Amino acid sequence: MGIIETNNLTKYYGKSLGIKDLCLEVEEGEIFGFIGPNGAGKSTTIRLLLSLIYPTSGQVKLFGKDIKKYGPEVRKDIGYLPSEIFYYDKMKVIDLLKYSESFYRKDCTKRMKELADIMELDLGRRIEDLSYGNKKKVGIVQGLLHEPELIILDEPTGGLDPLMQQKFFNLIREENEKGATIFFSSHILGEIQALCNRVAIIRDGSIIETADIKTLKENNYKKICIIGDNLKTEIFDIDGVTKLTKEDYGFRFFYKGDINPIIKAISDIKIRDINIEEPTLEEIFMHYYE
Amino acid sequence: MNVFKQEFHMKIKSIIIWSISLAALMIFYMSFFPYMEQDSETLDSIMNSFPKEMMQALGVRAGLSLGSLMGFFTLTFTIMQIAIAIQSANYGFSILSEEERELTADFLMTKPVSRKKIYLSKFFAALLGLLITFLAVGIGSLIALKLFNGGSNYEVSHVFKLLISVPLFQLTFLSIGMFISLLFKKIRSVLSLSMSLAIGLYVISSVGEIIDSDILRYMTPFHYFEAGVILKTGEYDIQLFLIAVSVIIVSLVSSYLLYNRRDIHSL
Repeated sequence: MGIIETNNLTKYYGKSLGIKDLCLEVEEGEIFGFIGPNGAGKSTTIRLLLSLIYPTSGQVKLFGKDIKKYGPEVRKDIGYLPSEIFYYDKMKVIDLLKYSESFYRKDCTKRMKELADIMELDLGRRIEDLSYGNKKKVGIVQGLLHEPELIILDEPTGGLDPLMQQKFFNLIREENEKGATIFFSSHILGEIQALCNRVAIIRDGSIIETADIKTLKENNYKKICIIGDNLKTEIFDIDGVTKLTKEDYGFRFFYKGDINPIIKAISDIKIRDINIEEPTLEEIFMHYYE
Repeated sequence: MNVFKQEFHMKIKSIIIWSISLAALMIFYMSFFPYMEQDSETLDSIMNSFPKEMMQALGVRAGLSLGSLMGFFTLTFTIMQIAIAIQSANYGFSILSEEERELTADFLMTKPVSRKKIYLSKFFAALLGLLITFLAVGIGSLIALKLFNGGSNYEVSHVFKLLISVPLFQLTFLSIGMFISLLFKKIRSVLSLSMSLAIGLYVISSVGEIIDSDILRYMTPFHYFEAGVILKTGEYDIQLFLIAVSVIIVSLVSSYLLYNRRDIHSL
């Protein structure tokens, strides 16, 4: 049984398209990445899963249950961390967490304290006095304190420093090992690669590819830029080089495959500078379109 | 209960401030009555020299003189009604729109709670707040009449009848506010909207009196709960009350339906 199943899910905002005929299946125990550029429909999909908005057509099942009928019931087992965090400003952190707890019929105090300790969150402060990063931590704790079976993360790392990000990822991995399914939306490829088993790529409201993360890693493109004088085109006549362009300063190209042959080829010539980058998501998508 | 408690908690300051201010204002205004009464003859002659329409616009129309206790109380109570209408409309506009405006809806609505429960919790929290204000105004009015009646007799039963109509009056504005708030994608300024609604409808009722137009009168809740008429006759106009009740039911049912299928947008 899939934890998340969507069937031809379509959402129009008036005339403008949110997502179209989206079919998604997330299995129990997965860490499922959902990646795409801004405006591709990631948030629309997530808001549909949570019944914050309602579909124009199509259907969503969570834990095998139609959310139209069983919305509140299925949400008992969901933890959601939105990308932008806004809470009742006048409340203290602890009051917000207690309010959050009051929706679940169980005692979450212990888990709440644990999570706050891990995330180094001060429970006594007023929410309006918190920095963006600290608000994000409140979001993490309120989303996880009831030990949900499905965790939905919408671009969760913005505002967290690298150390906290690491702690947060560890936390997510632990929850996953305990059996939770994770749905992780992001536009940062590195995050997805670090955490997920499987990934769906969304663009212009449709899923263009669902792949194992391994496949995506094998398709690991590098963007290479070589700066030098009198460079010859033949040097770059190597398997895996694509989109070779000659510029005033040298060459630009994408490279896919074992990194050693290209390094070797470059080491034979005299260059002034070299720049090896991860391609942006857009550039990876371009490859998917080829 | 948790959503109800949270909503009530968020409103409690506003409820206390409104309740205390309105009760105090009532007593303050009525404390002028003994002086007015002393000069009631002069006052009446001044009043009579004003055009009849102007008096009607002020709410002094049911043949009550400003120099009489009930006449003066009518004027005061009409001012209270405008304030109560502003407060009720304010709660109506805010309860269903505030979470969306402050973007806390993403928190609340992703919890295991139905829209129906949120709607009802918020509605009853606002209603409880308004009933507290109603009690404050009621007690304030009774105290004011006791302290500053200037020796005049008055029909306590008529005053009670007027006071008991207040919750229905509040509900009318609360439900209209809730309904209107759901017609908009985002409500930015709750206060200015509620003042426009309350004062606008009051002006319509005044104009309705001045030009003697039934259409205008039926358009505004101020006419359904006219203080002067109830104080003088001690009777409710059942037909008008039924209109008010229908307005309430239609507003509440349609706002419930709209809220249930409303899309909650992010930033």
